[in-house]
Amino acid sequence: MRTIGYIIQKEFKQIFRNKGMLPIIFILPILQLVILSNAATYEVKNIKFAYIDADRTSTSRSLIEKFNASSYFDVLMDLPSNKMANSAMLAGEVDVVLEIPNHFERNLIKEKSATLGISINAIDGAAAGLESVYINQIIQGYNRDIRVSLMDTSHRSIKPMNISSIPSFWYNTSLDYKTFMVPGILVLLVTMITLFLSGMNIVREKEIGTLEQINVTPIKKSQFIIGKLFPFWIIGMGLLTIGLILAKLIFNTPMLGSIPLLYLYTSIYILVILGMGLLISNFTDTQQQAMFIAWFFIVIFILMSGLFTPIESMPQWAQIFTEINPIKYFVEVMRMVLLKGSGLQDILPQLLKTLAYALVMNALAVWSYKKVN
Amino acid sequence: MGISLSNIDKSYKKQIAVRNITFDVNPGELFGLIGPDGAGKTTIFRILATLLLPDNGKATVAGLDIIKDYKAIRNSVGYMPGRFSLYQDLTVEENLNFFATIFGTTIAENYDLIKDIYEQIAPFKDRRAGKLSGGMKQKLALSCALIHKPKVLFLDEPTTGVDPVSRKEFWEMLKRLQKRGITILVSTPYMDEAALCDRIALIQEGEILDIDTPQAIVDKFPKDIYNVKADNMYKLIQTLQRYEHTYSVFPFGEFVHYTDKRVTFKTEELQHYLESSGLNAITIAPTHADIEDAFMELAKK
Repeated sequence: MRTIGYIIQKEFKQIFRNKGMLPIIFILPILQLVILSNAATYEVKNIKFAYIDADRTSTSRSLIEKFNASSYFDVLMDLPSNKMANSAMLAGEVDVVLEIPNHFERNLIKEKSATLGISINAIDGAAAGLESVYINQIIQGYNRDIRVSLMDTSHRSIKPMNISSIPSFWYNTSLDYKTFMVPGILVLLVTMITLFLSGMNIVREKEIGTLEQINVTPIKKSQFIIGKLFPFWIIGMGLLTIGLILAKLIFNTPMLGSIPLLYLYTSIYILVILGMGLLISNFTDTQQQAMFIAWFFIVIFILMSGLFTPIESMPQWAQIFTEINPIKYFVEVMRMVLLKGSGLQDILPQLLKTLAYALVMNALAVWSYKKVN
Repeated sequence: MGISLSNIDKSYKKQIAVRNITFDVNPGELFGLIGPDGAGKTTIFRILATLLLPDNGKATVAGLDIIKDYKAIRNSVGYMPGRFSLYQDLTVEENLNFFATIFGTTIAENYDLIKDIYEQIAPFKDRRAGKLSGGMKQKLALSCALIHKPKVLFLDEPTTGVDPVSRKEFWEMLKRLQKRGITILVSTPYMDEAALCDRIALIQEGEILDIDTPQAIVDKFPKDIYNVKADNMYKLIQTLQRYEHTYSVFPFGEFVHYTDKRVTFKTEELQHYLESSGLNAITIAPTHADIEDAFMELAKK
């Protein structure tokens, strides 16, 4: 025990003496949380909108007025021709072009229907999809109004029939993306920092030659590994604490569930990450190699974690793959506990899988750590 | 209770590192492994320090088998690798404390053994190890290797990159440690340090050329050896190499060490040859062979 205690003490001394490392451990994650949570949004705002109004009637103007009133669209210009619209789109000046054809009003009154042309810049497919939904909503709303006003005069007997659904959004009533993102980004911080630090740590001793000196001492593998990794476990828990405080103070993230439960889960989760870091350390010779491998895994795990894109929309094989992604479980648990107020019973499947993962990872890591070549 | 190696082989992939290494170090002996870089000295150390498994052969350290009893060996040997391998971001005292702790001892318990050495670096005990000079780093590393009172000490090129004064001090320390009954195996590429060992093994390309006391190795040198000097060193060496009776020519400090093929050799003849080749200020004087000459001679075969 005394040996482990001394190694831990030594690790902490080294971490706090490394002037370049301290800000990386504590300042960068905070910056990331603040910046990413504000920037990583699914909402598409300030869509650059232009229109070609070939009709120039009060009906067409009121349609454009609808777009003007929406906070999603910036109505930028009135283009005289299709050709100009194309070149503006090509130059990236506009994202959406609405084309109101000639005789739009007349067709609406006479034939009860009219067509509109909409072109959307779809380089970013997800954004284009959203834009299309917004446009449809506006046009549908407009449709309802126009039907009422147009029909009122001619067919008094026919009342417009409308079935409307009123959705109620649970757990995030205002559909605030920050409520959704902050817990996810918190996961990212805890994971990245602990994986990078633990992955580079033992390899660093290899690089500077101290590992050779350690290996000729009678110290046990387990003592050394626990002594080396425990400080990063503490740092991981510390990061979670800082992250939760910031989430509450800056983003007012709801915290419905039990915070001790979250700590319990995180304490097991960090073991998975530390085991992974140690495994990377064992198979690399330099910090550079360790860093690249850690990055490789982090990028795959993050993109397939359901943090940014829902797992349900991934192809079947990818969904199966996410089963071995520890970040996925942590993202789920974090969101469940904070936003839904889930209890131990609810997160038990994730908890057990993570625990099994931690055992396997650490067994592999300890087994592959060799004092002798 | 010393060190014993028999028929040790080790290859890295296809590259043979050491081949058929056999030697014994007596308890309390100061034994030197002498050879150029890449001769296989470090491989031998790593095998004996239980960091590397040999492909073939048996070895014991302090009576313990390097494979079966590796745990016991780690408790009773001190190893100082060639490269400085202490924590550069910890202070002198913290490093020493760290190694004392992981060997399950304290500085106070074995202080008398390292007192001589540690006292010299004690004024800098709060300085980070990375900020020490080369000589002081070696003293700290030696202190750390001794803190658990080892029976056997392995020192892999301890004086490489250390100034001549510190080197001399270092060897004096080794002599004192030897008096306390510690068996010491030391390697060095410096031939002058070889003479300070009780016995030496000359190794080259993974094989042992000879094992004996430094004096005996020098005495085995089969030829008379001469110090030759002239005004133009480079030209002198070239001229001597062209000489038909030359057996060997090696630059040696300000002189060239020369041996002749013939049994009867007259210095006047050589003097005459060198003068006729356009060299001036020639001196030729008989001298004693030393370990370097012996090594060169053995390496030639």
